[in-house]
Amino acid sequence: MGVTLDFLTLLPYASELVRGLTTTVILTVVTTLTGIALAVVVAYLRLHGRSWTRFCMGSYVEVTRNTPFIVQLFFIFFGLPGLGIQIDAITAAFLAMTLNLAAYSAEILRAGIGATAQGQLEAARALGMTRLQSYRHVVLIPAFARVYPALISQSVIVMLGSAVVSQISVFDLTYAANFIQSRNFRSFEVYLVITLAYLLLAFVMRRVFMLAGNRLFAYQQGESR
Amino acid sequence: MTLVCVKNVHKAFGDLEVLKGIDLEVGQGEVVAIIGRSGSGKSTLLRCLNQLEKHDRGAITIADKRLDGEAMSPKELSENVGMVFQSFNLFPHKTVGENVCLAPVVVRGESRASAEKVAREVLAKVGLSDKYDSYPAQLSGGQQQRVAIARALAMRPKVLLCDEVTSALDPELVGEVLRVLEALAAEGMTLILVTHEMGFARDVADRVVFMHQGRIHEAGPPADLFGNPQTAELKQFISAVL
Repeated sequence: MGVTLDFLTLLPYASELVRGLTTTVILTVVTTLTGIALAVVVAYLRLHGRSWTRFCMGSYVEVTRNTPFIVQLFFIFFGLPGLGIQIDAITAAFLAMTLNLAAYSAEILRAGIGATAQGQLEAARALGMTRLQSYRHVVLIPAFARVYPALISQSVIVMLGSAVVSQISVFDLTYAANFIQSRNFRSFEVYLVITLAYLLLAFVMRRVFMLAGNRLFAYQQGESR
Repeated sequence: MTLVCVKNVHKAFGDLEVLKGIDLEVGQGEVVAIIGRSGSGKSTLLRCLNQLEKHDRGAITIADKRLDGEAMSPKELSENVGMVFQSFNLFPHKTVGENVCLAPVVVRGESRASAEKVAREVLAKVGLSDKYDSYPAQLSGGQQQRVAIARALAMRPKVLLCDEVTSALDPELVGEVLRVLEALAAEGMTLILVTHEMGFARDVADRVVFMHQGRIHEAGPPADLFGNPQTAELKQFISAVL
């Protein structure tokens, strides 16, 4: 074997790796929160909006789910300036990831909402709640609980997909790797390191989701009497 | 004093006419049991009383106020009419206390403290003070149904509708729910119940209403209805269920 691994050559670039990792983490945390929040609104409007609102939401969801993420990102970053809308790279990344996650999550959530028992809605109505009130207090948490595993997976997929934002010069983990290997030509070492970093990120993300879920859906723990 | 007044109420689901002109007056503090075969329209009638079903024709008033159509907001309606369902329909993600407090806080805008005080009162009334922090899934069916009764009472409705509230319960749990309803009746709560518990109808109801094919076929004090049924349909029904 003529291959020698030398991870020490990465040491001078530690700060680039940290910077990239930080960006990826921040991108992920923020877009997971904004994406899922937006998904709630989209799912609600797609189910109960006026007809043109439902049409708009449906179009947004279907266009997003049937085009490549990198094209969506390029469209926002390179395409929108053609309409006079200038967005810097990091904002474009936030926007593209949020819109992407929201579209998929809205569909996931819609399934969870659709599985709500009729009796729950009737009980809420009999107690005088408006539809918005019953959504907020009665429908939403159990709907989230039902689709939570799918929602976790989707969020992890978007986190992994965030590697693509390096293509519009956002200094994320992948950008850092590209940058480093173009300087020291140690591509094997650097890509091995960021591969492990993404793996770790995905693992941590699932753990955090599970812990949050245990708190949020504590009521389910008594369910199997 | 008449509390609930139903006049000539009709309801159809597509071509199927379920209610064919119902007239019914229920007095303040009265306990009315509605009996009849499945498909006779008794649940539909009950659901029209709190507008879970909108009737097609006729009028329903409570305390001389129209409650149908757009006459009453959902909030106002819920302060007049409470409902308990066959399948309990407790909110699984909320504790017993939260289930009871939710509507007073969200719908009526009561403070949390005052809602909690009321919640403890009504839960004491149904004998479940010690379950305040339990989740519904940790309770038996009978306990869940008693929580559902407490939840409805927390809105202080003028009348409580009970839609076959013991039908989903194991036989040994029926008694605890019926005892709660009996105590409410004794306190002067106005109750309208759709029920298959003929013993309960006979012992607790002031009046029994027998529905048949979308109409009130026979009505009167339980002793008369069960002891001396006038129509062939009621005779047949009674012999089938007793």
